[in-house]
Amino acid sequence: MTSRPVAFIGARLIDPESGWDGPGALVARDGLVADVIHGGRPGGLSEDFRVIDADGAMLCPGLIDLRVRTGEPGAEPKETLESAARAAAAGGVTSIVVQPDTDPVIDDPAVADFILRRARDIGLVHVYPAGAATKGLNGQGMAEIGLMAEAGCVYVTDADRPIVDSRVMRRLLAYAGALGVLVAHRPADPWLTQGACATESEFAGRMGLAAEPVAAETIMLERDIALVELTGARLMVDQISAAAPLASLARARARGLPIIATASINHLSFNELDIGDYRTFCKLVPPLRAEDDRLALIEALASGLVDIVVSAHSPAPPEDKRLPYDEAAPGAVGLETLLPALLTLHHEGRVPLARLIHAVTLAPARAIGLSAGRLTPGAPADLVLCDIYAPRLIDAARLISKSRNSPFDGRRLQGMVRMTLVDGKVVHQSR
Amino acid sequence: MTVIAPGADEVRQRTIPFPRRHFLSVTDLDPVQVGALLDLAEGFVVLNRQRAKKLDLLKGRTLINLFFEASTRTQSSFELAGKRLGADVVNMSPRASSVTKGETLIDTAVTLNAMQPDILVIRHGSSGAASLLSQKVDCSVINAGDGQHEHPSQALLDSLSMRRAFGRVDGLTVAICGDVLHSRVARSNVALLTMLGARVRVVGPPTLLPCDVARWGVEVHHDLREGIDGADVVMMLRLQLERMQGALVPSMREYFRLWGLDREKLAHAAPGVRVMHPGPMNRGVEIDSDVADDTGVSLIQDQVEMGVAVRMAVLTSIAARLDNR
Repeated sequence: MTSRPVAFIGARLIDPESGWDGPGALVARDGLVADVIHGGRPGGLSEDFRVIDADGAMLCPGLIDLRVRTGEPGAEPKETLESAARAAAAGGVTSIVVQPDTDPVIDDPAVADFILRRARDIGLVHVYPAGAATKGLNGQGMAEIGLMAEAGCVYVTDADRPIVDSRVMRRLLAYAGALGVLVAHRPADPWLTQGACATESEFAGRMGLAAEPVAAETIMLERDIALVELTGARLMVDQISAAAPLASLARARARGLPIIATASINHLSFNELDIGDYRTFCKLVPPLRAEDDRLALIEALASGLVDIVVSAHSPAPPEDKRLPYDEAAPGAVGLETLLPALLTLHHEGRVPLARLIHAVTLAPARAIGLSAGRLTPGAPADLVLCDIYAPRLIDAARLISKSRNSPFDGRRLQGMVRMTLVDGKVVHQSR
Repeated sequence: MTVIAPGADEVRQRTIPFPRRHFLSVTDLDPVQVGALLDLAEGFVVLNRQRAKKLDLLKGRTLINLFFEASTRTQSSFELAGKRLGADVVNMSPRASSVTKGETLIDTAVTLNAMQPDILVIRHGSSGAASLLSQKVDCSVINAGDGQHEHPSQALLDSLSMRRAFGRVDGLTVAICGDVLHSRVARSNVALLTMLGARVRVVGPPTLLPCDVARWGVEVHHDLREGIDGADVVMMLRLQLERMQGALVPSMREYFRLWGLDREKLAHAAPGVRVMHPGPMNRGVEIDSDVADDTGVSLIQDQVEMGVAVRMAVLTSIAARLDNR
């Protein structure tokens, strides 16, 4: 089935590849971007075109979210691939990378294949699996990285679990590097973070919460940097969250090491004080940091030190969240709020719009080698049309995701997704 | 002079209804309200020393003691307080029963709420548990200890003990010594004592003090002799014996040598110093029996007595705010 060709006119085009941020039009045909016209309108459109007047709304590549957890397989009441895909489409996210910490773990090409088959059947957005870096996420034996990459895994990671054994991490980097497979790792010293559910600070001390120092992240990141230097392999730092590790990252970059870093939208939007009276929706891994850390993270995003922003979508139903803080599950859903929350940084004048869009389109596309994430003729017509000024009150009860654990619940944001297209097909349209 | 215990009408007259439905933190109160509660408690101290200790101020009310953590003195103190005021008191220790069957705190709360209690007294091992419970029930919730967060009625009884010993709390120098990091008693006491105008010091090894504790408005000391120098009150905290694991302190004997309170170290405090301990004590770990049992110095027995009186005052004040339909 071929979808009808589409022409967007009167849009504010943002093309992260050319850096263009200005008025223009875009033509999509046969699932691909056919033409991009800066500043004008396309001429000679035939009858069968669906012409959409964007009326000044932003048209940019569909978002690529490198860190999404679903509950499928193994915990479907939390989130299925289908509910996650629908949430993604509603949020303007056209590609998601699902984490391997499912049940069973994605440490086997067959499980990766299962995910891809399910995604094809659902057919809404692109779904790519991330493979486990170690078997069963045990941090010891290397998973079948080569076979999983062949099966379609776009990078390997042990998700929330740090790979403690430095020898394993070294070998993993060397092995995956030789195969051209990207390794992602969330830096966290396992002993300093043991039992912690907050960042060590005056606030956590007063609240009586077991806390980890930021040094837990810095220490492990410094180790990873040394191992990258040793192996020459590429590393993606998963969810860097504080000023001190950012300084480590900057030094590593200055030495020319092939390290990229992601930040979660939550750590760009909230600080530890948002935990308030033990709000478990703000219990995250890594825990929310101080305001100074949040501002440093925003600055790093603006400067390009942080390359990629992820939603860190992690569904948790009420029975996992309506518990005392230390017992509650960590994580927050984020697919539907990623774009409007990101736009806040533009509306507040902190990060230029084009830079923000780059961090959720071209940068993640380049990290995992996708042809999407740009408005270039021949690229897939994965697009999002968004009225970036439209105000909205986030109501968790109205989220599409099966779990409603959103820390943005009750927040006023700006940015309404009017239309999401995947391969030229409309997968979401607001009423 | 014989002091006569106040009658029910007098107590009713003197009771200021509690400012909130729940009592979760000492910060729920201001200094005037604290003063009024302590005054009310003084009356109950007299009452409790009589043979007839009952005053039917809470008649018809149901109080549930919900203790997820073992407790002897706090639980029996709330139980006696409730019974002396004429309430029906039910003690529950869900540790062994439904919680192990996968029932959550909220399930338990909803179940108990359906039984229409008036006051729920909760102790739980997680910080914030009392606050969570209060959001899910219709009755009043009193925090009898939530994790490492707060134990507000303990701070009130400590202030009452100090006020009776010194005639005031304002201007006293109080040294809180030992495992401040894991202590809800310390957190509630720091908040209340600083609110009432005491000068507070915390003393302990750095491994047992919270991050940035100096920003709590207290003086921080790592040397016990220095920390209690000139102090009017030395409050020792219980050292949980499992703290020996995880490299917080090396051994009991080293801890006692450096941070345990004995006569020799106590001599550095102000003349007329009083020693307190929230109990239960580890004799020979944080405190020497010689000091703990010296009634000329120790307020530890008074603390227990004040505990019942203060909880009667809290219950009376909370009940005065309850609906009286």
